[in-house]
Amino acid sequence: MAEVTINGVARHLAADPDMPLLWAIREELGLTGTKFGCGIAQCGACTVHLDGVAVRSCTTPLRAAAGRSVTTIEGLQAGDGLHPVQQAWIDEQVPQCGYCQSGQIMSAAALLARIPAPTDNDIDAAMRGNICRCGTYSRIRRAIKRAAGEGQSNG
Amino acid sequence: MADAKKTRLGKWTRRGLITAGVVTGGALVVGVAIRPGHRAPKLRDVVADADEALLNLWVKIGADNRTTAIVPHAEMGQGVHTALAQMLADELDADWNLVDVQEAPAHAEYANHNLAKGFLFGDAEIPHALVGTVDGVVLKLTQAMDLQVTGGSLSVRATGLHGMRVAGAAAREMLAKAAAADWKVPARELVLKNSHVSHDASGRTAAYADFASAAAQFAPSSKPKLKDPGAFTVIGTSAKRLDIPAKVDGSAAFGIDAQLPDLKTATIRGCPVFGGRVAAVDEAAARRLPGVERIVNLGDAVAVVADGYWHAHRGLAALDIEWSTDGREALDQAGIFAQFDGALARAEIEDDGDVEVDRGDCEAALVAASSRLEGEYRVPYLAHAAMEPMNCTAWLHDGVCEIWTGTQNPLGARAAAAEAIGFEPENVIVHNAYLGGAFGRRSVHDYVVQAARVAEATKAPTKLVWSREEDIAQDKYRPAVTSRFRGGLDDDGHPVVWTNLYVDKHEPAEAPRIPYAIANQRIASMPSPTHVPFGVWRAVDHSQHAFFTESFIDELAVLANRDPYRFRRNLLVDKPRHRKVLDTAANTAGWGTAPGPGRGRGIALHESFGSIVAEVVEARVDAGKVRVERVVCAVDAGYAVNPDGLVAQMESGIVYGLTAALYGEISLEQGRVKQSNFHDYPMLRIDEMPQVETVIVDSGGPLGGAGEPGTPPLAPALANAIHDAIGVRIRELPISKHNLNV
Repeated sequence: MAEVTINGVARHLAADPDMPLLWAIREELGLTGTKFGCGIAQCGACTVHLDGVAVRSCTTPLRAAAGRSVTTIEGLQAGDGLHPVQQAWIDEQVPQCGYCQSGQIMSAAALLARIPAPTDNDIDAAMRGNICRCGTYSRIRRAIKRAAGEGQSNG
Repeated sequence: MADAKKTRLGKWTRRGLITAGVVTGGALVVGVAIRPGHRAPKLRDVVADADEALLNLWVKIGADNRTTAIVPHAEMGQGVHTALAQMLADELDADWNLVDVQEAPAHAEYANHNLAKGFLFGDAEIPHALVGTVDGVVLKLTQAMDLQVTGGSLSVRATGLHGMRVAGAAAREMLAKAAAADWKVPARELVLKNSHVSHDASGRTAAYADFASAAAQFAPSSKPKLKDPGAFTVIGTSAKRLDIPAKVDGSAAFGIDAQLPDLKTATIRGCPVFGGRVAAVDEAAARRLPGVERIVNLGDAVAVVADGYWHAHRGLAALDIEWSTDGREALDQAGIFAQFDGALARAEIEDDGDVEVDRGDCEAALVAASSRLEGEYRVPYLAHAAMEPMNCTAWLHDGVCEIWTGTQNPLGARAAAAEAIGFEPENVIVHNAYLGGAFGRRSVHDYVVQAARVAEATKAPTKLVWSREEDIAQDKYRPAVTSRFRGGLDDDGHPVVWTNLYVDKHEPAEAPRIPYAIANQRIASMPSPTHVPFGVWRAVDHSQHAFFTESFIDELAVLANRDPYRFRRNLLVDKPRHRKVLDTAANTAGWGTAPGPGRGRGIALHESFGSIVAEVVEARVDAGKVRVERVVCAVDAGYAVNPDGLVAQMESGIVYGLTAALYGEISLEQGRVKQSNFHDYPMLRIDEMPQVETVIVDSGGPLGGAGEPGTPPLAPALANAIHDAIGVRIRELPISKHNLNV
């Protein structure tokens, strides 16, 4: 059982506090954009933001999220428009099968919140925890730079 | 008004279209004329409302003037929905912004079991006399749709070329006839563009939708005129993928995202020793855990059903299962390769084997050769490791079984589920979702069968989700292969003989063939079955054989002291497409310039699924660690339906091949798979991603595949680059097995 703010809304989650946050999000809240990939924090498909920091929800127990704020892919966009990272993902035609992309986008959005103009090394460090089996890495890198560029010019 | 419409539509029956000559003979099953209210009620889902007219199977023009392409293929990231829609839209002269895509449901109305029975994919099975006619088109499509398979890089080649374009062109002609009749003007004076018909002389313009019903009363031409490539407006453009917006906001629904009221969740463990059975299950500890509702023994696997995945997962971990493995646990990887070696040795001694190519006199040529070389290569088993673990939701209710899953073959899934639970196939309904990766794995339906059987036990909607560990341990693996070569050069360093003997042959048989003009060739295989289940893995046997053949040709070039690119090029006699692809890759990569200190450059060329691909890899070997810095890829897929999509598929195939070459290894230990998850079955990550440059060579040749042909050349190009860099020849994959500290 835990009180967690999910995508800006305070929620009471009745699940076992040992349950990984991933399953509470997917099964109790029905927010299925966050994906199950490996269960051991090796692939990043389950990445969400916990107080703005990218975490692997498959190994984050619900109790660790109690009293904190969780953002999932469904809550990433601000207002009506897409988050700049989401728009960049469309512009660069990043996704193929798409299954890992929620996690990729959440990792990228957390990176840009922390480092608005990341270097290639910054991108490697922030994104190497996210596997893409379709091999969209080149486009992911381009999309992050595009989103960073737009963030710079807008800001 | 409504009645009038109904009457008019009523004449437009399936039989009406057949008598109109759309199809003849036994090919009448294709649901060309299925429409709202037709006696195929299962198709109502495809049609939103009674105002829509389905012109034929692949074209639907709604009252809102939107054109919907109904495609019989699953979207698994290869962009097939978009490419097929482009082919339809171009011939139809539809407004691309008014085009949607739906996947055809797994219903028999979309297939013909009688016609397609016994067929497997492959152009050779289509009688040549029929290809190019509408009958041939229908036969080909029927074949494709019966299997309803997405694989073999065939979607665009078969369905697109023979189906979507023909459907679009036929529909366009019918619309033109309807407009001409209504406006009483000659059809040739009409201009069809952007989903509108216009007639300049009278200044009239109307939407396609205005003529959709009337058009349906015209018989489609038996040979609708297709556009010349020069007239394409949508084909050949990098139209944005239709499925991408839903894949950036979390709304795209994959099989694992199925949601139903009172849904149970199950997870499962199959016997880790392939072919073994459950001997006994101690359920006591699992039953005491919260949320665990039921334990289902399927004989070769045990499932735990709970109120959610986490509880099911914990329940499964608490089960104590005793397996009966009948001695299969004695098999290990070294034993498998020793078994292969034995089979090859027998074949060599007894001159045995299944001969694929036998040209000239190889033994005499080897004796006469001025220099000779032998090489033995190996590749291990590989798992697919699609990002979305295998899963399927099943619900048996009211005499039907509904299935929600991601499959490359919905009709195959339906048949498998029906057989497993003793249902008639028509009482199994498959709802196919986006596939979170497939690469061949989702063409085998073990997970669907399990889900149907578990749901039969629970009598409730039940979602079966495999753990990643189960996904790795219970795959249908790319087969391990051992392949031996002998080659010989004449006095001028020209190769005169090539023999290749390998184990085990799967599909396609042409995978080990080479494009090079070598006078004496013998390619043969020996069977050596194991208990390890195998399946199709991106590019099927091409990925193993390209590594072997393109490494050995490189070894012959080194033996001849020739440049590996020019050595290959000189052997591409009467192969202008291959030669151009090879030249393009080499020139783009700057072949002949120094690759830089500690670096090497390797090249490889391979044709698969009708596409010719050459890749140049630049790699650095630093303290024993291989770093791939750049991959240049040239591809001739005939012509590119969606250039950016083709580039994306090449990038994807290269990463898939690179992961396999560097790290990919499934090994057997005590009869079971040793690897379990991404920590010990690693994937390429972004920090290892090379710069990839793809150049499209539009030869105008027959359409080739896109999803698979990028993979095969990568491993040999990399192995050749490593040899170029440090002089070490990689004859066994993965590369991570080798100590490259030289």
